[in-house]
Amino acid sequence: MIQMKNVYKKYPNGIVALNGLNVEIEQGEFIYIVGPSGAGKSTFIKMMYREERPSSGQMFVDDIDIATLKNRKVPMLRRQIGVVFQDFKLLTKLNVYENVAFALEVIEEKPADIKKRVMEVLDLVGLKHKAKMFPTELSGGEQQRVSIARSIVNMPKVMIADEPTGNLDPETAWDIMNLFERINKAGTTVIMATHNQQIVNTRRHRVIAIEGGLIVRDVAGGDYGYEG
Amino acid sequence: MSAMWLEVTTAMKARTMVRHFRESFKSIGRNSWMTFASVSAVTVTLLLVGVFVLIMMNLNKVADDLENDVEMKVFISLGAEEEIVQNLESQISDMPGVESTDFSTKEEELTDLVLDLGEEFRLFEQSNPLFDVFYVKAVDPQQTEKVATDIAALENIQKVEYGEGKIQKLFDFLNAGRNVGLVLILALLFTAMFLISNTIRITIVARRREIEIMKLVGATNWFVRIPFILEGMWLGILGSIVPIGLVALLYSKVTEFAQPRLTGELFQLLEFTPFIYQVSALILMMGVFIGIWGSFMSIRKFLRV
Ligand SMILES: Nc1ncnc2c1ncn2[C@@H]1O[C@H](COP(=O)(O)OP(=O)(O)OP(=O)(O)O)[C@@H](O)[C@H]1O
Ligand SMILES: [Mg+2]
Repeated sequence: MIQMKNVYKKYPNGIVALNGLNVEIEQGEFIYIVGPSGAGKSTFIKMMYREERPSSGQMFVDDIDIATLKNRKVPMLRRQIGVVFQDFKLLTKLNVYENVAFALEVIEEKPADIKKRVMEVLDLVGLKHKAKMFPTELSGGEQQRVSIARSIVNMPKVMIADEPTGNLDPETAWDIMNLFERINKAGTTVIMATHNQQIVNTRRHRVIAIEGGLIVRDVAGGDYGYEG
Repeated sequence: MSAMWLEVTTAMKARTMVRHFRESFKSIGRNSWMTFASVSAVTVTLLLVGVFVLIMMNLNKVADDLENDVEMKVFISLGAEEEIVQNLESQISDMPGVESTDFSTKEEELTDLVLDLGEEFRLFEQSNPLFDVFYVKAVDPQQTEKVATDIAALENIQKVEYGEGKIQKLFDFLNAGRNVGLVLILALLFTAMFLISNTIRITIVARRREIEIMKLVGATNWFVRIPFILEGMWLGILGSIVPIGLVALLYSKVTEFAQPRLTGELFQLLEFTPFIYQVSALILMMGVFIGIWGSFMSIRKFLRV
């Protein structure tokens, strides 16, 4: 469902972050993106939701070339892709329920559907009982679960996460990982950039290693492959 | 498996509009200082625009009235026979550049005078001091002077009267005034727009996080923009309220004062209605325009959607 053909990305400052990348990802896969700092992992992820546009090459989501997708259509692409970040990106003035509902309100879903869906995902991430609390009253792991709930509340086909456990202690990181696997089991493609060696080596999935803007390794059930 | 999801939803739902209104009002309350500053700037600008429009439109009206009325009053020498009068009339109407001649006896003149100035003037009916006259119009009002000289040269003409030279001066003045006014108003419009765009920028910066997430989860560009456009529009509308009120008040006083004094004159001011509705609509539209334009400047620069 996602294909990249010779994707090349040069930032305006001249740095080449992706150097002719080729990859194919099927619906329902679970993928780790690994590699040293500055390798181009975040850039790779940003391509998928069109935060960045390839400088050249083709990039397809559901057979649609998103490299040339009109800006006007980008919101429609983003409704198919849930994104999770290291820093959660929650709105501090809204409570847990409102933060998740926000994602559906701004794409104009029906209020009745919003309520139902938000309660479902809060249940899934185990925060139904904290729906009225504010982000500042939650632990890091809980905040990340809110942001995961928000990313999947619209039932996207793909969930991408850029170092989702980067700010969490090891214990909490495992909770988040369990959640991702559950979401993946339900049929959602999960793509996760990570530096967490322990998780990658324990929960085996396809590993794509990027170095210097190129895929240097792509192994189903592979290991992390770098020193701690 | 062509992707259905690509279809952009365009229909704006009512509850979405309610949400946008609510958001835009919230920002206005939140940035109270910038709101105040930009509304004041719009107020000053539109007040000047309003007064300027009042003056210019009325001067235009006066000039038009006068121009259409550049009528020469040709006084026929006392005691001219009816035959001579008829002869004069055909001579004058045959002159090049004359559009129309209209004969009026001194009795008719007196009736007009009584109508204009009051019953007291009836006492002149005993011995009418007025002249028989022709009212003559030139085809081109600018040619009035030449035609007048030609007519004055005829026999049995006492004198020819018209508003010598005043009209040209009025037109010159009008043009100069209009240019100065337009430059001034443009400068003020830009200041007001700049202040509005600054206010909107502050709102955008204050809500950076929210905007980022909206875009991330797939809100359409219009969904992101509309609250800011509305906010700009409110600033423009708020700024037009005082000018509309003051201009209406001012003009009602002006017409109240001038109307009775101008009865029977060659020119009149524009009637209070519907003129004041047109001016109010203009002020409001300019307010809305400044507001929306100001927000667009910031949206383009800081929202990048
Ligand atoms: N917006 C940007 N403008 C210019 N250069 C950028 C931008 N974003 C990233 N880069 C550069 O592109 C290269 C790849 O960056 P990227 O963020 O994709 O790396 P990464 O693999 O995610 O690293 P990390 O593991 O540290 O997050 C780096 O050299 C970085 O400096
Ligand atoms: Mg990164």
